[in-house]
Amino acid sequence: MSAVPRGLAARPGPPAPDFQLKAKGTGLLPKSLTLAAVAIIALMLAVILANILIGGREVLSVDFLTHPPEQGMQAGGIFPAIFGTVALVLLMTIAVVPIGVLTAVYLHEYTRPDSKITRLIRIAISNLAGVPSIVFGLFGLGFFIGFVGGGLDAVFHGGAPGPVWGQPAIVWAAATLALLTLPVVIISTEEALRTIPGELKDASYALGATKLQTIRRIILPQAMPGILTGGILAVSRGAGEVAPIMFTGAAYYLPYLPTRLNDQFMELGYHIYVMATQSPDIEATKPILYGTVLVLLVLTFVLNFTAIIIRSRLRARRPNA
Amino acid sequence: MPEDTPPTADNRPRPTPPALPDGEPARPGMADPLRAPQVRFARPSEPEGETACKITVDHQNFFYGHHQALFDINLQIAEKRVTALIGPSGCGKSTFLRTLNRMNDTIPGTRMEGTVRLGGLDIYRDIADLSTLRTRVGMVFQKSNPFPKSVFDNVAYGLRVNGVTDRQIVAASVEDALRRSFLWDEVKDKLDQSAYMLSGGQQQRLCIARALAVRPEVLLMDEPASALDPISTTKIEDLIGDLRDNYTIVIVTHNMQQAARISDYTAFFYEGRLIEYGPTRRIFTKPSLKRTEDYVTGRFG
Repeated sequence: MSAVPRGLAARPGPPAPDFQLKAKGTGLLPKSLTLAAVAIIALMLAVILANILIGGREVLSVDFLTHPPEQGMQAGGIFPAIFGTVALVLLMTIAVVPIGVLTAVYLHEYTRPDSKITRLIRIAISNLAGVPSIVFGLFGLGFFIGFVGGGLDAVFHGGAPGPVWGQPAIVWAAATLALLTLPVVIISTEEALRTIPGELKDASYALGATKLQTIRRIILPQAMPGILTGGILAVSRGAGEVAPIMFTGAAYYLPYLPTRLNDQFMELGYHIYVMATQSPDIEATKPILYGTVLVLLVLTFVLNFTAIIIRSRLRARRPNA
Repeated sequence: MPEDTPPTADNRPRPTPPALPDGEPARPGMADPLRAPQVRFARPSEPEGETACKITVDHQNFFYGHHQALFDINLQIAEKRVTALIGPSGCGKSTFLRTLNRMNDTIPGTRMEGTVRLGGLDIYRDIADLSTLRTRVGMVFQKSNPFPKSVFDNVAYGLRVNGVTDRQIVAASVEDALRRSFLWDEVKDKLDQSAYMLSGGQQQRLCIARALAVRPEVLLMDEPASALDPISTTKIEDLIGDLRDNYTIVIVTHNMQQAARISDYTAFFYEGRLIEYGPTRRIFTKPSLKRTEDYVTGRFG
């Protein structure tokens, strides 16, 4: 090529290496190992789903979803458990979303990220996420029912014949679940807050907006998909938990639906547990058990899937990225 | 400090630094002031004693934690004129700009000494309400940063957060601000569309309109055209040329020719110090310091 300037072509190249580079393998082994791991997971999920679908397919019907259990749970439907689950997670959401979002806003907007107090709070949150759910159940029993409920009774219902608030109730179960799912909401909201460009906040401040106005008008609307995702993940986690509600409000069987905050309630996960362990005739309840598991699975899958869709929309919508 | 910027401070109307007599021959031996031969200056000569002093900065030191970013800055900024801040990266010009509307307050660990006066009021002591200060001193950033809202809501934002709720007043102010920023004809049919639908240059002019909507007296611009293509840059410069009669504009720029084209006064910063300050024409054609000359002629920086 004549493009090489004269004089350059004659110069020596880099010195030859005085070492030998080792030839590497084809990388087939790591690939097959990782693929095997994935296959195991996929297979497990497929087996679980197939098993439940086959076992529960016969009982699944509109009547099953809309009728209460009959004959010691060997017949009838699971409507009270579905109703109880929905009511429970609704109450839980009302408690967990505001507290979780405010915590995340405090951590992200009002503290320095490297300060001691922030690090301490973060450690507390991850520890909260690691506490076994049965411990939450016992804590709910001791704190919400014993301390808060008992305290309310002592102050407001001194003359009542029995406990009014100091007993297992849907409100205490929801509060316990809210505590359990708090880290999910906090982490998800913080993740959303982190994606908000600082330039947007600067622009808001430069127009004379206060911090509160900036949070309300710019930051929270931008973080809304993340908050929604956190809420949905919390609901899907909460809907599947049994241990925290066992002592705090779930009932074995109730002839009525919960209508007040201090009513007990039936719940899908607990209903499954009860049917599998305490039913007078476990073999006879098996089809209904399968059907209930199927309903619970579909419910949590749908919720998780919604969260995934919202999250991907959030990614697509982000400005300049 | 050059003799033509006396470090006095009050809100009395005060003659701005006198300009060089027009047509004074360039110093012998001085090279072409800019590499490009045809430099167009904003105003061929600044009439003497016509403008008042809008912002007065006295003995200003600024710190990020223990790092001192500004050293004893004394500067007066002329009302209804364009003042350009030039200097190499990290020289403190953006930091200085952000002290004028207290945007540095949002960065934890920063500290300022000295005074910055707007009119006669010390903005760090007399104007306790940051919202009031920032509606009087607007700001446009380097990267256009419209809110993820509609074009209309972007411009209306400053009004709404400052308590203007009357729909007709808001609508009229939005239109006025968009017209002032030459954007009205381009966006009047898409006021409800997301601001992200606009081009980069339009987004930056939208940010200028957004700043203008709250009727500021001073407009701070931090390299407003550095991320834009030449045509959009020209539009921004034309816009600044149009706004100069009504607003006090302080603009940070890396582009020497832009500073020469659009500004009346130029301040040269270097390593946190104000090296030289005066009428743009003089800074570019006859700087009194060698370092300024080296910078504006492109020999360093």
